[in-house]
Amino acid sequence: MSNRMSLVESLEVLAGLRRDEVVVSSMGTAREWMKLSQHPLDFVHVPSSMGQSCSLGLGMALAQPNRKVLVYNGDGSLLMNLGALVTITAEAPDNFVLLVFDNAVYEVTGAQATAGVPRSRRDLTVIDLAAVARSCGFRSVFEFNDIARWRADAASVLQMRGPVFVHLKVAPIPGAVGPRSPGPAPPRAMAFREALCGGK
Amino acid sequence: MFSGADIVGMLTEAGITHVVWVPDSTLGKWENELRASRDIRLITVCREGEAWAVAAGLYLGGARPLVMIQCTGLFESGDSMRNVLHDFRLPLPSLIGYRSYLNESTLPGDTAKVYTEPILKAWNLDYRLILETSQRDEIVSLWRGCEATGRPSVVLLAEGRA
Repeated sequence: MSNRMSLVESLEVLAGLRRDEVVVSSMGTAREWMKLSQHPLDFVHVPSSMGQSCSLGLGMALAQPNRKVLVYNGDGSLLMNLGALVTITAEAPDNFVLLVFDNAVYEVTGAQATAGVPRSRRDLTVIDLAAVARSCGFRSVFEFNDIARWRADAASVLQMRGPVFVHLKVAPIPGAVGPRSPGPAPPRAMAFREALCGGK
Repeated sequence: MFSGADIVGMLTEAGITHVVWVPDSTLGKWENELRASRDIRLITVCREGEAWAVAAGLYLGGARPLVMIQCTGLFESGDSMRNVLHDFRLPLPSLIGYRSYLNESTLPGDTAKVYTEPILKAWNLDYRLILETSQRDEIVSLWRGCEATGRPSVVLLAEGRA
């Protein structure tokens, strides 16, 4: 697992840049983001559905075209909903940024390898998620595995016209567990809706 | 049963702003009218689980979306639907095509027909079976009522051959 950033440090970069964007987080990113941010426009997608956070964020971006929407996804989550990449580029919201924190494992279930990495593959190859995104129609695709470069470039990447795909290679956190729900989901959803659009 | 113009009229009357769909051979006949509508944006997703999540995001962003899928897509989308309708309790309206209900000649004994209503009941979803066009106003009322009641509604539209 060389040439990978710390998940927490890579999220700290985003926390430092955060202004009034919507942030949708799930799984490991939700667990860590909740420690860094308590913003009314944080949508902590916990409990979640498998791989659907990027689709949830797409809907938000389409409903609120003047508001930037950032979705923090894992590689395992992305692999569960790869078709969403095609849907995102079909709708092409220019306010949408998908950040994939790729730790190469299903971390919250005990760090089993995903089907996209050599440990699970007969041919020992790795699936290039950035290339998949390009093939699915993303025109702005960025890859980072070095925290210094991510710190230097993150602000400009987030300013790009969407849809933007950002592939961040991060190290898994040994023993990490799934995120705990920050509270009952229905009132959190309504509070988020109120914060985003005044309940309309 | 309904024409594309009928459906667009009903959706507009119910205040629907977005239709998130995966078409089947019955629903798909409405595509041209749905795309031509100035009041409704049609969003095509790749698989039905996405439809519930995209609709949820639209709703949280202040829009009034509707999910339009076939019953086979209902089976596919269970986890996403559970999260949206039960975890977060979002009052989303939907239209679900009921494959083979009116005619099983293509697929005799179609298991999609066998399991649709038991699945809806298992998911604790209220649904209304639509068999004829005279139920038009009932459909509009169901879709419109989601926001007021805070509950999802499923319009289960009887379809012919698969």
